[in-house]
Amino acid sequence: MPTATALDATFQALADPTRRAILARLAQGEASVMELAAPFDMSQPAISKHLKVLENAGLISRGRDAQRRPCKLEAAPLAEATGWLIEYRKFWEKQFGQLDDLLDELKRLEALAGKN
Amino acid sequence: MAFGGPLTITLPADNQVVITRLFDAPRHLVFACYTQPALIRRWLNGAEGWVMTVCEFDAKVGGKYRYEWKAPSGYVMGMGGVVTAIEPVSHVASAELFDDDWTGGETVSTLDFDEESGRTTLVNTITYSSKEARDGALATPMAEGMEYGYKKLDEVLIELASE
Repeated sequence: MPTATALDATFQALADPTRRAILARLAQGEASVMELAAPFDMSQPAISKHLKVLENAGLISRGRDAQRRPCKLEAAPLAEATGWLIEYRKFWEKQFGQLDDLLDELKRLEALAGKN
Repeated sequence: MAFGGPLTITLPADNQVVITRLFDAPRHLVFACYTQPALIRRWLNGAEGWVMTVCEFDAKVGGKYRYEWKAPSGYVMGMGGVVTAIEPVSHVASAELFDDDWTGGETVSTLDFDEESGRTTLVNTITYSSKEARDGALATPMAEGMEYGYKKLDEVLIELASE
């Protein structure tokens, strides 16, 4: 199981729409900072700042090529973070599914009692 | 199988979880399902294979509540709390604590029931003492899921052994 701090960094990194867009772009393959900055109305330093957050959260890695330093998506932390929320969601979906059934039953009872 | 609205889980602050769900029922019924023990135990019965063994809820300000679930392994998970505010049929606030305290202190939970055209939107806001506490709590159903995973693994091993 991932540690709470690691997950926190992941969620914090994912909280920003620009960073999510960067991740979506990287899901299609590696890209340089210039390539990543192109679709956004942002300076390269601003994009670099976002990349630093993503890199610190372990969501991306930077290549060694000094000139280009391409960014690459690191799938593991993302999978851990979503897997973790998926379990939580699954738990509540099951409980609420049962609550739906119970509410249906109560509505039928009320209708029989002439309350509705 | 009845169909409710989609479930939304958001993390608006680093020590909070907000669960939102739409139910195809008026709010007095949803409220009842959250505040009457006989109804609570019909749906809040935990993860796959778990059984709810204790379900008490005293629906008044200062009233106590207590839930316990038993895992297939025999492990018992318990939690309890005190109702700090209650407004039938729209609002409940409580302070709660898990026995094992993996949430790192008391949490504050509010339930808000909002009805429109016979349907109810439930918003459950859970505020933990810290972000670490929240992350610990979010991870608990994961442990249950893992237990379920082990059960599946047992089945596979039995299958393999019998081949």
